[in-house]
Parts: sequence; C-alpha cells; structure tokens
Amino acid sequence: MAITIIKGGKVYDPVHGINGEVRDIWIKDGKIVAPQILEDELPEKVIDATGRIIMPGGVDMHCHIAGPKVNLARKMRPEDKRYAPHVSRTSLTRSGTIGSVPSTFATGYLYAGLGYTTAFDAAVPPLSARHAHEELQDTPIIDKGFFLLMGNNHYALEQIASKDSEKLKSFTAWLLESAKGYAIKLVNPGGVEVWKSGGANINEIDQDIGHFNCTPRQIIQGLSQTAMDIGLPHPVHIHCNNLGIPGNWRTTLATMDALEGRRAHLTHIQFHSYGGEPDDQGKFCSKVQELADFVNSHPEVTVDVGQVLFGETTSMTGDGPLGYYLHKVTGKKWTSADTEMEAGCGIVPMAYKEKSFVNALQWAIGLEWYLLVKDPWQIAMSTDHPNGGSFLAYPEIIQLLMDRTYRQEILKRVHPRVLERSCLKDLDREYTLNEIAIITRAGPARMLGLINKGHLGVGADADITIYNESSNILAMFELPYMVIKYGKVVVEKSEIRLQVPGNTLHVSPSFDPGLVGGIRKWFESYYTIQFENYPVTEEYLSGGGTMIPCSKK
Amino acid sequence: MQNELKVVSNATCTFCGCVCDDIELTVEGSHITKAKNACVLGKAWFLNHEAGEGPIARIRGKEATVEEAVEEAARILVDAKFPIIYGLSDTTCEAQRVTVAIADWIGASIDTTTSVCHGPSGMAFQGVGEITCSLGEVRNRADLVIFWGSNPAESHPRHWGRYSTMPKGLFVPNGRKDRTVVLVDVRRTKSAPAADIFLQIKPRKDFEVLWMLRALVKGLTINEADLVDTGVTLEQLQNLVEKMKACKFGVLFFGMGLSMTRGKHLNVEAALALARDLNAFTRFYANPMRGHGNVTGADNVVSWQTGYPFGVNLGRGYPRFNPGEFTTTDTLARKEADAAMIIASDPMGNFSQAAREHLGSIPYIALDTKETSTTRAAAVSFTTATYGINVPGTVYRMDDVPIPLRPAFESPYPSDEKILRALEKKVLHLLQAKLQVSN
Repeated sequence: MAITIIKGGKVYDPVHGINGEVRDIWIKDGKIVAPQILEDELPEKVIDATGRIIMPGGVDMHCHIAGPKVNLARKMRPEDKRYAPHVSRTSLTRSGTIGSVPSTFATGYLYAGLGYTTAFDAAVPPLSARHAHEELQDTPIIDKGFFLLMGNNHYALEQIASKDSEKLKSFTAWLLESAKGYAIKLVNPGGVEVWKSGGANINEIDQDIGHFNCTPRQIIQGLSQTAMDIGLPHPVHIHCNNLGIPGNWRTTLATMDALEGRRAHLTHIQFHSYGGEPDDQGKFCSKVQELADFVNSHPEVTVDVGQVLFGETTSMTGDGPLGYYLHKVTGKKWTSADTEMEAGCGIVPMAYKEKSFVNALQWAIGLEWYLLVKDPWQIAMSTDHPNGGSFLAYPEIIQLLMDRTYRQEILKRVHPRVLERSCLKDLDREYTLNEIAIITRAGPARMLGLINKGHLGVGADADITIYNESSNILAMFELPYMVIKYGKVVVEKSEIRLQVPGNTLHVSPSFDPGLVGGIRKWFESYYTIQFENYPVTEEYLSGGGTMIPCSKK
Repeated sequence: MQNELKVVSNATCTFCGCVCDDIELTVEGSHITKAKNACVLGKAWFLNHEAGEGPIARIRGKEATVEEAVEEAARILVDAKFPIIYGLSDTTCEAQRVTVAIADWIGASIDTTTSVCHGPSGMAFQGVGEITCSLGEVRNRADLVIFWGSNPAESHPRHWGRYSTMPKGLFVPNGRKDRTVVLVDVRRTKSAPAADIFLQIKPRKDFEVLWMLRALVKGLTINEADLVDTGVTLEQLQNLVEKMKACKFGVLFFGMGLSMTRGKHLNVEAALALARDLNAFTRFYANPMRGHGNVTGADNVVSWQTGYPFGVNLGRGYPRFNPGEFTTTDTLARKEADAAMIIASDPMGNFSQAAREHLGSIPYIALDTKETSTTRAAAVSFTTATYGINVPGTVYRMDDVPIPLRPAFESPYPSDEKILRALEKKVLHLLQAKLQVSN
C-alpha cells in the first residue's frame, strides 16, 4: 500500500514527549507507521515540512454543531449571517453560511481549515439523536460524535431516587447504544426538570427535585459512578447547576466535592467560577483560584474552559432555565424547546462587550483558568462554541495564552474594574507550543478516551496538522499549511482539497438485556413514538461510524 | 402470482404532520388491506394507495428511458440562468438532502411548501423566538390546550387522541378530565364541539385579539371599545387570561388559519410573544400545526445545509434568504425563473394564475408518485415510489421529532432519492464539462 512521508518538520507530540524535534512521520493506510525500508516501492507522496510545525489534528471536546437546538438557532437568526462572511461553493465543495452557528458543510470545512480533525457536540436529547446524526453526516471531513443529555432524564432520575445502580447502568448503556451516542452529559442536573415542571430552578446541589425525590448531588454521584462502571471512554461530562449566576463557584466546588474521587469532566468552567451575590452585580468577582486549587490537587478531574471572546454570538444550551434567565437579562429574542422525558433547551442571541464589567470579567476568568491550572493535561481549550464565541476564535485564544504582552494590552482596554476583581494582571505565564498542543489535541483526546487520536505514535490515526512556523501566532494557527485526515491531504494552503465524510464516533457498552423490558414498559407509558422506532440504526452513522470500545472492568 | 400476506408493525403514516408511527399494516402483495390504528385520513392514504401508472420517465409527454430523462433534466437545469427548485414536503429527508445539493451545484433557488403554509410562522420565529416542546411534553403535562386557526378534527384527526387532549400522562393522569381545551377560530368548525371553550372571533381579527390578550397578561387595562369588531367580549378574554396564567402547563397550537390570514407573520409573532410572556407566570408553549408529512423535515434539511429554512437563493454561490424575493410563487409570478424542478408538489394545481402561467412557459422537471397537473405540463417527468409505503427513510414530525419509515412493499418505481442522486451525478458531470470548455 502507498506510503506518505512528512519530512523535516518540527514535531510536537506531547504524548510521546516530543517537543519540537525534527522527525519524519510515516503514514500508511490512514495510520501512522514506523519508518520502513522501502525496497521496490517509492513513497506515493513526500511532504516537505522543513521549517514547519507538525501537530496531531485538533480535537474539540465540547461544542454545539449538530442537532435540534443548533438548527433552531440557525432558523432563528438570519441576521447573524446577513453581514457575516460566507463559504462559497467550489467545484468540489458545498456552500454555506457562517455567523455564530455555521451550516453543516461549512462547519466541517471550517474546522478542517483550522487544523481540527475531531469535534464533539456536547448536548443532544436522545429522542433527537437521529437528527444529530443526519447533520453529522452532512458535516464533512472531521470525525464527530455527541454526548447524550441524561441529567434530567426521568428514567435515570427514578433509578437514582430508588438507588438501583444496576438498572441505572443498564439504562445508560442501552440509551447510548440506542442513540449511538458517546458519553453521558449532565446539564443543570435536576434543574431542567424543575424548570419544566413549573418554571423554577435548582440553586444548590442538595435541593430536592420535587416529584423525583432525589437531589443534584445524587445525580452527579450516580451517573459519574455509572460512567466508570460501564467503562465509558469519557467520564461523566458535567455542566453544573447555577451557570452564569454570581456566587455560583460554591455550587461548582460542591459539585467537585460530591464526586468523592470519581473521574469527571467539568465543562465550560469559566461560566461556573463567579464570586459575588446573585442579585448584586457590584460584588461580581473571580473565584478561579479556589476552584483551580481543587483541580490542581485532583488529577481525576478535568475541565474545559468555555472562553468568552468579545463580539456577537449565540447562546445555546440544554439548560432551559438559563435560556430564560439570559432572555430576561438581555431582553433579546428567546427560543426554548423541551423534549419529553429527557431534556430542555434555550437559545438567545448574545453580545460580549469589552466595556461591560461583567463580560470583561468573564473574559478574564476564562484566561485565569488556562493560566492557573498547573497541569495542562487537565484543561482543554474551548469556547463552548458558540456560547462564549465561535470555535474560529481558537487562534485568538492561543495568542492570548502564548503572548502575555498581547494579553496585557487587551486587559488595559477592557472595563477597568476587572483589574481589581481578577488576578489576570499578575499572571505572567506564557504557554509553550508543547502546552498548546496538549490543550488543543493531546489532552482532549486523552480526556475523551480516544487512544488513536491526539498523538503521532505508531498506530495513531493519521490526523495531522502542519503549520507554517511564525512569530505571528494568530496567522500561524488561523491558516495551517496543510491538514491531513486519515492519511489524506484534505486542506492545503487554506483550500479544501478533498472532501472525505469523516466518521461518527460512538460507544456500544454492554447491558443486561433482561432489564430492557422494564425500560420498554416505562417508555410506552410516556413517549409519543414507538419503542421500536427510537433506536438509531447504523445507516445514520457518517463514514459507516467507528465504535470506540469501552474498557472492561 | 401468489399474493404474500405480511404484517408491518410500527409503520409510519406520512399523510399529515402528526406522523403517527404506530400503524400496523396488513399487506397482500402490492396492496395494503388493513391499516390498524390509522385515522380516517391515514386509512385513505394507505388503503387507497395505488402504484402510479405508465412509464417511469417521460420527456415532453413521451416515454423515455430513465437515463435519457435524467440527461435531459440535467441539461435543462445546468443551462438555466435562474433555476428554481420547489416542493419537498412529501418526500424523505434523504431525498431532500440530495435536492439541496443539486440546488447548490447549479446555483438555484431552493424553496419548499413551507413558503405557502407556515412560512410566516418561520419569519415570526425569527422575530421573537419560540417557546416550544415535543408533543410528549403536551401529553404528559398540559392542562390547558388552545387551538387557534386550526381544525384538528378534520386536518389532524389523531392529534387529540395521541398527543394533546385525550391521553393520560405523567402529570395529567386522568387525561381529558385534567385538561381544559379551548378553540379559537373564525367559524364553528367540526373541532368546536370537543372544546370546553369556543371563541368565535371575526375573520381577520386574529392579531387584534392576540394583542389584547398580551395586554391583559401584562396587566394593562383594556376597554370593551378596544374589542369592537373582534367578535369577543372583554369578559371572555379576561376569563381566558385567568386560565392561561393559572394553568401548570399551557400550549397554543396554531394552524394556517393564523399564518395565512391577514397579518400573516404578525399574527404568529403575536401568538409566539403571548406564549413567551406567559412564562412569567407558568410554563407556556406555542407549536405550529404542520400539514404535510415531512414539511418539518424540509425546514430542517434546508436550514442545516444553508442556514435558512426556506426561500433560499444560491445563485451567487452561497446561500441568501429573502422570503418574497426567493419564494417560489413570487419568483414565478414575476417571471424571473427560466427553469424549475418540482418535487412531490403540485404548484400547477394550487399556485396563483400568474405563477402557473409562467411555470407553464418554462422547461421544468417534475417528480411525483402520480400524474398531476404539474407532471402533465413538465418537460421531463418522473413517476416515483411513495415514501412510507414503498420507500424507507426519515421524516420529521410537526414537533421536530425525527421518525424512521417502514415501507410496506416495493414499488416498481424508483424513489425520489434514487432519481435525484442520478441527476446530481449528471449535473456535476455537465458542470465539469462546461468548466473545461470555458478553460
């Protein structure tokens, strides 16, 4: 079979401790292979990477790119695209719109163009899994998958309330298999159900969830344990209660404590690190240090940031009451869409302004997180696309992290009170390229349990990004020289050269088939579609799909 | 030939936006003899189904091979300066996805029957957002159900029984007894007797009544004089507002009686805003009553591929959205399009005279399961298999829930998707050839 060699590039492969050394990379059948002695054959392709930087393809572990709420946001916001750049059709590629919520083909091209080769949508109601899969099939080039909303799922809550861990495990496994999902996602555990049952919310983790007779703490413990017990590659993925509310850092710390040593990923942690009082903006301040201290002493906990960038975007969340809160705060249009037995949803246009104290502090809090977590393997880059900003802002974040002068310049421009309420001005740390490679690919791949991604060792998927080495960090990361997906050149000089479908990544944990009868009985009592029509079949998987194995206990 | 008897369980009816997926079909050869659980409309859909007649493909009325017809269709589309593609509400998402691809490659306008039913609802959604939910939320929670400008007894016969008023649910264990049902319409329809409260408003006064309801919900003072000519009294509205604020879970289902009457998108904006405002007191939702079996899928597919729900033009090489400019009736009535492709729709049977006249004067391609006035006047026509009866795939219920199809038997005709895939391939081939010539 044909061999491709990438010659002479400076390789950043943190998994293997390779930090900018010049190495050749050999590729065969879409995988990275050991250098070989070629006797009769010549390599099919030799890519000269002299003077360039080589990293594994980027991995976005938390974004919103497919499924019902993403599409509702597209439908709701024509104005978001009116003056935004667009993606033009070529003889090879489809056209699309961008704005804060790009259309599907555009999403695939833009990620690939940025050197990202894998992305996970973070919040899909199982009932809409088929929809998310259809969109992912129309999102080319990248590998992709999604997390299933479970923190307000009625059946799960019932098992948690009755402390039936066997049923909870079987249900979780059955649900992931049925939806062809990847991980368990908790969004405002219990709070969305309270919102759906009358419009209130939960504001601390020991509050009772009305009719379910259980608490957020029990949901967090039950499903973090379940993820470990059924051997999911990614631990429970938690969007804590009280997102965005001043003073919410206590809830976040309580959530971390409630894990009691279990593995977990806390997402868009920036939105959960606020000091102050819910009703007093004057006391709003950063509490990153207190939370980062916890992360720094708990290697089983990982986070992604959910960095806020200045500009206009769209907030979209499975956190229904949050959508209502943002609507009340901003006065802007609001979409909410609740899913039977499973989930909620809120969508509101957002604008983050430099001169707004709250927005500027949110921006600073995100950066504090990157700079205060000591081990970069515990923190992943994200904007919670599009909530804090578009994934297209990743190069900007890299510049903010690698260049403290640039960071301090922006800090001087934003609302002055941020200087008092955040320690950002005192943080001198600058990220190295190796650390950037960790927080944008090696780390998220490890957190997701993707053993073939995020590194360049033998056997890894040949998903590779080649950058032009430059002192202009922004330009370097915005326009990679070349992007390779499964060994094929898909992007060269900022143009899509080949449109591959990309694979849908999913899990298929085993479960006790004897417990499906009980699930069916519950399902048939409350759902409005047939039990047999609920599971998503293989033909909905992009590129035929790739099943990521669960570990055996 | 021996007719084999088989039973297809959990089959999906695509006749209306309810998309009931609990139908049990008894199939004898190429006839459905029983459609258990189906309503009167669904039974007619399944039991009266006859495979189309005549050839699969025709060019200007004359029988042709599929290859010839695909070639001619591709030539028409590629040669056009302003091609338009329309229809899509009665075919699978799989076919819709290929259609938008073709529209993209040739730089066409892509529009669906949404533009003549709930297009104004889509525009209203863009104005104020929408507080909506899946139908199971209504089934399990709703204690106040309002229908406005919709006649489910005749248009969506199982809506009440399956989703909205009758079923017992988690928080409404006694079903209909736990619910208050309100109907608002300009005439006493067959749905009226089933409602607890019927408000008959004067035609074309929907906006005024909805706006007054909003005012009352906000606590503003309204006088009887403000309600002159609306057909309702202040007391009736106050009574309704009390119920809306006091319910635990209210939902307003609105039909084309709201979206296609005077005021159009403004009416729907008022309804969506009313439901939104009520969330200051309780949980309240507004959901459209969609008509065709997969019109909701068409909205979704066009949105995820282009960013906009309908009325999209790709002529500049990227999507632009402008209802009125790029919606099919308007484009045709202004005599702008010079070629068209119509899929699973009959504009020659229901568009304005100006639009029909222009469509009749340009070459167009039509795909349908049976002969219609649109297929008869087409330059190229294809007879295709029926989705849900012969063709598998995906459809979206009116509440955006995606549901798979379980076909009953194979048709001698190809699916829309199959023809469209062949057409896409041929279109790309011709475009490539064109590119080479111009180079």
